[in-house]
Amino acid sequence: MTEITRRDAIKLGTAAALTAGASGLVPGSNAFAQTAFAPKPEAGASLKVLRWKRFVQGDEDVWTANTKKYSDASGVPVRVDSENWEDVRPKSAVAANVGSGPDIIITTNDDAQKFPNKLLDVSDLAEYLGGKYGGWYPVCDRYSKRDGKWIGIPMGCAGNALVYRKSHVQKAGFETIPKDLANYLKLCQNLKKNGTPAGFALGHATGDANCWTHWCLWAHGGKMVDEKNQVTLDSPETLAALEYAKQLYPTYIDGTLSWLDPSNNKAFLTGECSLTSNGISIYYAAKTSTDPAQKAMADDIFHSNFPVGPVGMPTEQNLFFNMIIFKYSKYPNAAKDYLRFMMEKEQYFPWQTASIGYTAHPLAAYAENPFWTEDPKSLPYRDAVKVMRDNGYSGTLGAESAQCMADFLIVDMFAKACTGSVTPQEAAKQAHEQAKRIYKA
Amino acid sequence: MAVISEGLDRRGVGWRRLAAIVADSRDLLGWLFMLPAAALLLVFLLYPLGLGLWLGLTNATLGEPGEFIGFGNFVTLFSDDVYWLSVFNTILYTVVASAAKFMLGLWLAILLNQHMPFKAFIRAIVLLPWIVPTVLSAIAFWWLYDSQFSIISWALRHLGLIKTNIDFLGNPLNARISVIIANVWRGIPFVAISLLAGLQTIPSSLYEAAVLDGATAWQKFRFITLPMLTPIIAVVMTFSVLFTFTDFQLIYVLTRGGPINATHLMATLAFQRAIPGGQLGQGAALASSMIPFLVASVMFSYFGLQRRKWQQGGRD
Repeated sequence: MTEITRRDAIKLGTAAALTAGASGLVPGSNAFAQTAFAPKPEAGASLKVLRWKRFVQGDEDVWTANTKKYSDASGVPVRVDSENWEDVRPKSAVAANVGSGPDIIITTNDDAQKFPNKLLDVSDLAEYLGGKYGGWYPVCDRYSKRDGKWIGIPMGCAGNALVYRKSHVQKAGFETIPKDLANYLKLCQNLKKNGTPAGFALGHATGDANCWTHWCLWAHGGKMVDEKNQVTLDSPETLAALEYAKQLYPTYIDGTLSWLDPSNNKAFLTGECSLTSNGISIYYAAKTSTDPAQKAMADDIFHSNFPVGPVGMPTEQNLFFNMIIFKYSKYPNAAKDYLRFMMEKEQYFPWQTASIGYTAHPLAAYAENPFWTEDPKSLPYRDAVKVMRDNGYSGTLGAESAQCMADFLIVDMFAKACTGSVTPQEAAKQAHEQAKRIYKA
Repeated sequence: MAVISEGLDRRGVGWRRLAAIVADSRDLLGWLFMLPAAALLLVFLLYPLGLGLWLGLTNATLGEPGEFIGFGNFVTLFSDDVYWLSVFNTILYTVVASAAKFMLGLWLAILLNQHMPFKAFIRAIVLLPWIVPTVLSAIAFWWLYDSQFSIISWALRHLGLIKTNIDFLGNPLNARISVIIANVWRGIPFVAISLLAGLQTIPSSLYEAAVLDGATAWQKFRFITLPMLTPIIAVVMTFSVLFTFTDFQLIYVLTRGGPINATHLMATLAFQRAIPGGQLGQGAALASSMIPFLVASVMFSYFGLQRRKWQQGGRD
């Protein structure tokens, strides 16, 4: 994985700015794209955008304000509809199949890879934005490119960090979240002993359950497939991950096997559990609450990245957001121009700030947003896109990876091992066979 | 001009004659009246069904029509443990829930058939679970079954009957029982009100005659109520079984098929494979594989429960 440091980002940004000046001399290059990319909306254009419903109010408020700003400046009316994030998926599927629907849909994870032929090539826009803002983080290539073409514009991701009550963690004998797996397990055991347990979803929670189980698998070096899409799940590394999770599970609050995505938010905000993995929305809800008890809790809420396992690098899986334009759109230029406008720093920074970093940026230069350092509590979310892996790791994204994810293959493998319904060996074996069937089909 | 007008006249006469023939023919008129309904069925029932069956024979994915692959999807499904688990879950869910709905619905119908104050009001109230949108009632059950905030667990804990919360949805067996209970709660009113309508068509003279003959309450039920109710039971239970077998929303809201696929029904798995998984062909094949079960239940209702011998209280 290519690591882009902050220094690299500044260098890239400077280089981009310098080359932009010479754009007229090098037509067709990225630099040219930076200054020359200004798609002219079609006469009479109007756009329909479908996006996921906000998890934090500030997101929707500023997104709507930015959209209005665009409409005022360009004369293109834009209608933004919001749906529960899991309901956007069926709607985008219908749009792709029927060839009619919103011009732009903000999808999650690898949705764009399921119907790449239905999507507009947005390479020019992606290259323009990448060139201007320090380049895209590596995972963007995986989610948003197909056969060398950009089929989506990454919006960012909802970082999934550890959310914890500092006072409870301190009482459990740790100043902060340990960086290694052994001490992390010890922390969870102590939290349980103190009656302030951790809680991580193990039900069919598309976001939360997938995030922590994938982290655990990858942290131990396990993976679904190798680079050639050969299933490699039944491995000693997977077994190590399952054995570790089996020790973690008894430290969790009761009932996590039934948890869906909203469950950990509820449990945490009511003080039932004191460590979970989530976006920054839990903190946002406590911080913006009018209830004094919730406000007090907000002061005690801190965030941390997941511990690093034997592989020696972060292995996080986050909810990726991809903005796609369908080929059937009558106004492709207007659609590109709208996305360009929304991704420009002038709009992106205020939007990201208002949503207190719920969406971590996909462009390296945006790490400079002063918001990240103003409230250090949000810092663990800053590099979410930078360090994350895609859900098809380390094979290619596509129909197979999507089906494995849809079938909760990894989540159920962990659930079986954790609850002891089968042995970890058997759980790995069953999941391996299931994955083989999917990848073979 | 005269020639044209003569031609028009002749055509007018022709139409009138045709209309007269159609009006005089009961068969033709019948077919004509059925046309709008047939067109609706064709467009909204037959076409989607045909398309679904066809998709099941292709490797269609989202956005790609795919190619004909024969029974490839079915072969893949039949070697899939999760598919068979969903078949088992669906049959269990349908059989247990339908039987419970029938027994409780019949009992409720008989109760509601008695003379009581506020009869109409109570009957209207009974319909509530059926009227409330499934998603809303599912969300209500989601709260009732919550592993941390269930009011049922809270009440039982405060009564000292349990020490820890009941894990309604976090244990495969509990989860199956819980979703069945939610389905039964929702489905009882349909059965009860329909059977109540049936009960009210039974002439009271039959019961009076039975009383004169010294029949017991059980004998009245067994030899008058049940046989007279059988035709409507057949229809009601056919619908009830179909609704239960194809249930989706309740499971989708409560468990998403979890934990560990313990509550996945064929309908929820078909959706999961076709839409989030992107495998339209396989999802359609899975949905198509529900058809034999549905046809079998319809056949049972129509050729079994509607048997005249049974309706007359006899046996085979």
